[in-house]
Amino acid sequence: MHRYQPGTGDRQRILEFLGLGSVEELFTPIPQELRIGELPLPSAMAEEEVRRILGEMAKRNVTAEEMPSFLGAGVYRHVVPAVMDAVLSRAEFFTAYTPYQPEVSQGTLQAIFEFQTYVCLLTEMPIANASLYDGATATVEAVLMAARLRPDKRRVLVSRALHPHSLATLRTYAAAAGLELLELPWGEDGRTQLDGVRPDEAVALVVQSPNVFGVVEDLPGVKAAAGEALAVQVVSEATSLGLLAPGGRFGFDVVCGDMQAFGLPASFGGPHVGFFATRKEYLRQMPGRLVGETVDADGQRAYVLTLSTREQHIRRAKATSNICTNHSLMALAVTVVLSLLGKRGVRELALASHAKAEYLKGLLRELGDKLPLAFPQSSTYNEFLLLHPEPERLLATLAQEGILAGVATPRLASYLPAGILVAVTEKNTREECDRLAAALRRVL
Amino acid sequence: MKARTLRQREKLVFERSKPGAVGYQLPKLDVPLPDLQATLPPTGVREEVAGLPELSEVDVVRHFHRLSQWNYSVDEGLYPLGSCTMKYNPRINEELARLPGFAQVHPLQPEEQVQGALQLMWELEQALLAITGMARVTLQPAAGAHGELTGMLMIRKALQERGEARRTVLIPDSAHGTNPASAVFAGFTVKELASTSAGTLDLAALERELASGDVAALMITVPNTLGVFEPEIRRAADLLHEKGAFLYMDGANLNAFVGIASPGKMGADALHINLHKTFSTPHGGGGPGAGPVAVSSRLEPYLPVPVVEKRDGKFFLDENRPSSIGRVRSFYGNFGMLVRAMAYILSLGRDGLRAMAEAAVLNANYLRKALSPYYHLAYESPTLHEVVFDDAWQKSAGVNNMDIAKRLLDYGFHAPTVSFPLVVHGALMVEPTDSESLEELEAFVQAMAAIAQEAKENPELLKTAPHTTPVRRLDEVRAARRLVLRYEPQSSGE
Repeated sequence: MHRYQPGTGDRQRILEFLGLGSVEELFTPIPQELRIGELPLPSAMAEEEVRRILGEMAKRNVTAEEMPSFLGAGVYRHVVPAVMDAVLSRAEFFTAYTPYQPEVSQGTLQAIFEFQTYVCLLTEMPIANASLYDGATATVEAVLMAARLRPDKRRVLVSRALHPHSLATLRTYAAAAGLELLELPWGEDGRTQLDGVRPDEAVALVVQSPNVFGVVEDLPGVKAAAGEALAVQVVSEATSLGLLAPGGRFGFDVVCGDMQAFGLPASFGGPHVGFFATRKEYLRQMPGRLVGETVDADGQRAYVLTLSTREQHIRRAKATSNICTNHSLMALAVTVVLSLLGKRGVRELALASHAKAEYLKGLLRELGDKLPLAFPQSSTYNEFLLLHPEPERLLATLAQEGILAGVATPRLASYLPAGILVAVTEKNTREECDRLAAALRRVL
Repeated sequence: MKARTLRQREKLVFERSKPGAVGYQLPKLDVPLPDLQATLPPTGVREEVAGLPELSEVDVVRHFHRLSQWNYSVDEGLYPLGSCTMKYNPRINEELARLPGFAQVHPLQPEEQVQGALQLMWELEQALLAITGMARVTLQPAAGAHGELTGMLMIRKALQERGEARRTVLIPDSAHGTNPASAVFAGFTVKELASTSAGTLDLAALERELASGDVAALMITVPNTLGVFEPEIRRAADLLHEKGAFLYMDGANLNAFVGIASPGKMGADALHINLHKTFSTPHGGGGPGAGPVAVSSRLEPYLPVPVVEKRDGKFFLDENRPSSIGRVRSFYGNFGMLVRAMAYILSLGRDGLRAMAEAAVLNANYLRKALSPYYHLAYESPTLHEVVFDDAWQKSAGVNNMDIAKRLLDYGFHAPTVSFPLVVHGALMVEPTDSESLEELEAFVQAMAAIAQEAKENPELLKTAPHTTPVRRLDEVRAARRLVLRYEPQSSGE
């Protein structure tokens, strides 16, 4: 028998209890024509063998541990406090199921209630859900909620300066929902062009800020342009919320996105964690799970999944979303990181990221026309676009110099200006910035 | 009875805040601070985020440590949540997912820098193809429900390319709630099919519905949520295909027949696989999951982009698929969960996987027989990996399935799934999984038998249960009526 399964003794005793000669007798309901022979897979492996095989695969990847990295574009490399993984590694958290029995799930429930509170504080929105899959699907859920709230309209105004994966995901879902996307171009300043926008026909106006170019959008202007349509801010670099005023301050209807930047590993793109915050009046149309406060039979405060009448297991075809499993453990990780950073740390981390990005930007300005900033006059948080006709070749050259210098925009979408997106965080040292600038001076 | 252990009440993290406490130190700032007035828009800058707490590292560790102690988990014991399939989560999987070569890899590094990550995805796809007998797999969906939606979007796209506007998706009444929700979000209208008295698909009803020509697909779980194998599944697939419709298979219960039968032979066109249910990825108190979708050659052109391909020994991401439904999320999937599933498949191997299905079915049938003297079996049909009882024998004492579930918590076990599937009134759905030893199963049966006795002699004990858990039964109505969804200083309860 396998080490993860009970022994042959148990098996024999159960067969005897059931009065069976073999396990096969239990499978008689499966017709023979559906049966298969031996699986074409290797035989069982020892832990050490599995460790060797996957360890070798892991070694075939270059990691940000090996050389300075300036990659962002939706996944950001910030500090990861050791406490985060220590908490996540507690079996009481990671081997628990969805808290359907609240009396034995208060740990998860209270942590998620805290996550919801953190999301509200960061976004300055009144309510937030227990998490979604990622920023792209959170963006979709915002649009679908807007469509439910404005059932007579089918148009969505969406910035083309969204992360291209979010925009592409939105296109996929919108087609099925019968929604028409009107994509708003960016202007010479890298911000979404809002002139001539016709919000009266739209369910929502969706922008990302900072946007895919790292440029901070004019949120009050977006809110004004949205009119009766729901104003939606997508946040991809969540640590920016430590420095930049969020949509909630300007009357936005939804602030959503991804919280990966608060200490989640890149993990080749997932799992990260989507978040969704909105106004109280949209509560009944919100997607996803919600944790609420209540009391137990003794009157002591406790937490429970609530308003599940919106959800698929109760409402089925009429649910506000099809989501069931969310990204609870990643929400817990973010909750731990935010608790450690606290009031000062959240601000200091954002300030340091911004400061280092500005420092590097300053160095790169000296390169002039060889590698110009795409939007030199615009405010950015910690990421910016440098124009270059052959970004992949440039990145390959810099990788040879021992630097992961950024993301080539053609990798994201063909409609973006060709260049490299450079992201800087508090983890990047001044020396790394100097090295990148020096390498660029050499190779350009 | 499980004793209350060393458990302390724990305030919310916000209530523990102490002015001046710091939980983390950032590296020293080695560049000048910019003039924010100059670098950021005037409306854009905020001060410190109001309401964030201040705690020391010790405070934070204690806080979450204490919270963790209020959770039941699969490492604690049997977690008989039917259809949720809570099995052991091997530790080696956790170690491997955290290797820097997996965890510290950025998804947008050039392909030549991430050959190992792409290889893992490619090999996991090959393994899932071997297991399912399908044509291709997308690893992107973040969870089972996301997989359902992805599969249904592919069916929609296939119909569109054929120039057909079929609207109806048929779903048996025993299905998971995600099935109808996903079908609707993919743009379809749902029609529910009543199950037969044996709890299985009504083939005659399927034929009648197919006559309309409007049926896009049947969404069905195999074995179904009663644990009953659908004996006519291949016939259903043939009928659907003859009429130009598709078979969507909910793979939530794949763990019942891995290595024994294949969805490919059953005629499935799309099948999502909940990696945590069959392939041991942890559920994390509600996620993340991963819901790869395996498809037949009929749906292969419509897979979401990108797919991982291999050419001349090199792996690459193919975004150029003209008939694709497009993207369904950021990047390529919940990669960390894919690493864990791959480690599990390698650990079990061909024999271990089959033995897993056998152990799951054996354990479930043990519980079926051992519990039947005490609880009413909802359906007599033979069952595979899970079995559904109901509260019919306890109702006369005024005790319902929820009371039984809550009382079980006092005995130190998690409860079975209650009130699902909807076709069974007062359902108690039990799934032990392959992980459980006979000793653990016997202890569970003893607890359930004792509760059945208590239901007769002292029903009040059940109705007021649980009595020994960190909190007692919750007022769920109050939670929904007097909504408190976040901490606010003035509403502080304690």
